[in-house]
Amino acid sequence: MATVTFDHATRVYPGTERPAVDQLNLHIEDGEFLVLVGPSGCGKSTSLRMLAGLEDVNGGRILIGDRDVTDVQPKDRDIAMVFQNYALYPHMSVADNMGFALKIAGTPKAEIRQRVEEAAKILDLTEYLDRKPKALSGGQRQRVAMGRAIVRQPQVFLMDEPLSNLDAKLRVQTRTQIASLQRRLGVTTVYVTHDQTEALTMGDRIAVLKGGVLQQVGTPREMYDAPANVFVAGFIGSPAMNIGTFDVKEGAALVGNAQIPLERSMVAGLTDADAGKVTVGFRPESLDVVPSGTPGSFQVQVNIVEELGSDAYVYGSLQSDLGTGELSAGDSDQVIVRINPRDVPMKGDIINVAIKAGHEHVFSASSGNRLG
Amino acid sequence: MENLQITAARPEAALLDLPWNVALEDWPTDVLAALPRGISRHVVRFVKLRGRVLAVKETRDHYAFREYELLRRLNKLEVPCVVPVGVVTGRHTEDGEPLEAAIVTEHLAFSLPYRAVFSKSLQPDTATRVIDALAVLLVRVHLAGFYWGDVSLSNTLFRRDADQFAAYLVDAETGDLHRELSAGQRMYDLDLARTNIIGELMDLAAGELLDEEADEVAIGDALVDRYTELWDAITAVESFSADEHWRVDERIRRLNDLGFDVGELTIVTDIDGTTVQIEPKVVDPGHHSRRLLRLTGLDVQDNQARRLLNDLDAWRAATDRLNDSEQLVAHDWLLHSFEPTIEAVPRDLRRKLEPAQLYHEILDHRWFLSQRLHRDVPMPEAARSYVEEVLRHRPDEQAVLGLPPERAYEAEVG
Repeated sequence: MATVTFDHATRVYPGTERPAVDQLNLHIEDGEFLVLVGPSGCGKSTSLRMLAGLEDVNGGRILIGDRDVTDVQPKDRDIAMVFQNYALYPHMSVADNMGFALKIAGTPKAEIRQRVEEAAKILDLTEYLDRKPKALSGGQRQRVAMGRAIVRQPQVFLMDEPLSNLDAKLRVQTRTQIASLQRRLGVTTVYVTHDQTEALTMGDRIAVLKGGVLQQVGTPREMYDAPANVFVAGFIGSPAMNIGTFDVKEGAALVGNAQIPLERSMVAGLTDADAGKVTVGFRPESLDVVPSGTPGSFQVQVNIVEELGSDAYVYGSLQSDLGTGELSAGDSDQVIVRINPRDVPMKGDIINVAIKAGHEHVFSASSGNRLG
Repeated sequence: MENLQITAARPEAALLDLPWNVALEDWPTDVLAALPRGISRHVVRFVKLRGRVLAVKETRDHYAFREYELLRRLNKLEVPCVVPVGVVTGRHTEDGEPLEAAIVTEHLAFSLPYRAVFSKSLQPDTATRVIDALAVLLVRVHLAGFYWGDVSLSNTLFRRDADQFAAYLVDAETGDLHRELSAGQRMYDLDLARTNIIGELMDLAAGELLDEEADEVAIGDALVDRYTELWDAITAVESFSADEHWRVDERIRRLNDLGFDVGELTIVTDIDGTTVQIEPKVVDPGHHSRRLLRLTGLDVQDNQARRLLNDLDAWRAATDRLNDSEQLVAHDWLLHSFEPTIEAVPRDLRRKLEPAQLYHEILDHRWFLSQRLHRDVPMPEAARSYVEEVLRHRPDEQAVLGLPPERAYEAEVG
């Protein structure tokens, strides 16, 4: 087991100007489950492949433990790509299916059996070891594939969107299995996904990338509660955070008809480039429905109500006399408000909402960086 | 509800005849040509459709489109691989339950899966020939910038190619096309290929389908050696002194012998002009098949082409036409030697092997007959004898698939 360090690691594809991964600095602790997440083209898979040795590193270096592996061949890095190969061999027992790579490497028979048995115990496959893979269910077959990587006892597991070709149900199931398995094994794991829910539910820490640049790294809670910039704020969380850019007047942001007071330090942090504006974000659950006329409240016209049983969400439009500011959540171009599922407004209704004290996120309108 | 949608490069109305509203694993045996052997990630079936054999694989739509597109691009790059037919999305059962998308590919006629290659042939060097074919394929795939991600015998099909095999890529699911591959990508592909091949051979051995003498690890290692040898022969930079100009021609001839044409060669001399460096920049496989195609219009695999070209040369000498133009002689050879020989094979036996492979085997048979009879045997006589002594006893290889559909139930239950 080992730490993993990206030290100013950079990848520039031949014939392109902008690096696919630009000066990545990331330290992954021994035994940690780190998720690289971001939209397509953000550099997350490239980063993983640099660690695997599949992509050349054009600048900086990569370390596994204290060892600089920047120029080491993939097979000599002591890493395992999990799930790459799911083809099981029908004539071989489950035990042989799991241990054949050790046999190739010349590992003594007794040791192979011991490692296979250990892995089988963790994977709940002990009773199937001497059977043929045909006797296994789909989920068990998948665990045999995981077992192949486990018996090799690598320093680091790498997983590149391992769940993406599973159907939705098996995906959620396997997600939980991988996360708990990783915790039991305690092997440092780097996991790539485009799905922020997967990232939030699986990772000890999450690293968000965009355009080849690391945006923020932190625990799921940190990423959710204190996004470092507007991109992370909009990317992490489902339903997405409501984000808009508003005029600042007398130390407050004008959201609809409401004045959202800003901390003094935030106002002081505004620059000429911000042109008297500020970007404000708040999550759907950070809004309370309040009586009309409550100070600091603004109006939302209900377009649709989504009822999920335990929760309900209003998708609506910000109402404003002043006509200032645009407010939307994710790709929806609507404001999303979590409401009490037992007290649901009708389509077309106007509701009054106020941001819970201290639950607003304030960003520079020009740089997008968090203020305060 | 989303409607059934077929995305294909050519209109494929016949695809609508297939039962898309049924999960692939439940398709009725009357549409199936065979079930694949082995255990794969996805459900795969071979189907008969108006005289063609198609392979159908279920997967998520994003992956189906991705693989379809990759196979199309690989075909354009002339990488030997299966031809994609289309992607079927928007599938639902009668009850409206959504079904996974399907990617449809053309079954490669006269191709053999590795299990068939190993179980049929008792020739001792089968493994070597399979490994050679896979090494050539991997080099070609890598030259084209394709990182395979899951090289294995089961993701490859083999076609007879004179006395060798030619390998074709079947599964592009895990791959990516790049401008150029890094050494790491090539090495990873190669290492995974080695591991997978050894695993697959160990599986054959466990099923008692492999010659007991065979050394699985040595065969896997042979792939690494063959690949490395071939890659170096093709791409290595060579330096020599300026008065050894013949070495440029020598390098090109060596590449031709390996079956590659040189499309672009960088030649650099040092400042005082005493040493020269050459590096092949663009190489195209299929040197012999291109030459044969140009001369005769026959489109065959490279080793078959080499064999046919040799026969053409021999025929030219034997008919005393060394001073005639090569094109003209080739035309006459086709008319007076190749075509009559193939036509001498009864129509119903011709589906056993491809014409070029038939011709190659008849040439072999003629040599064998001549040895036995101590005289020159003409092609018509060799063809007749080959049909009776050899071809009649050979299995049909136009569509060697997996288990016959009658055994489908048995296979599922195992």
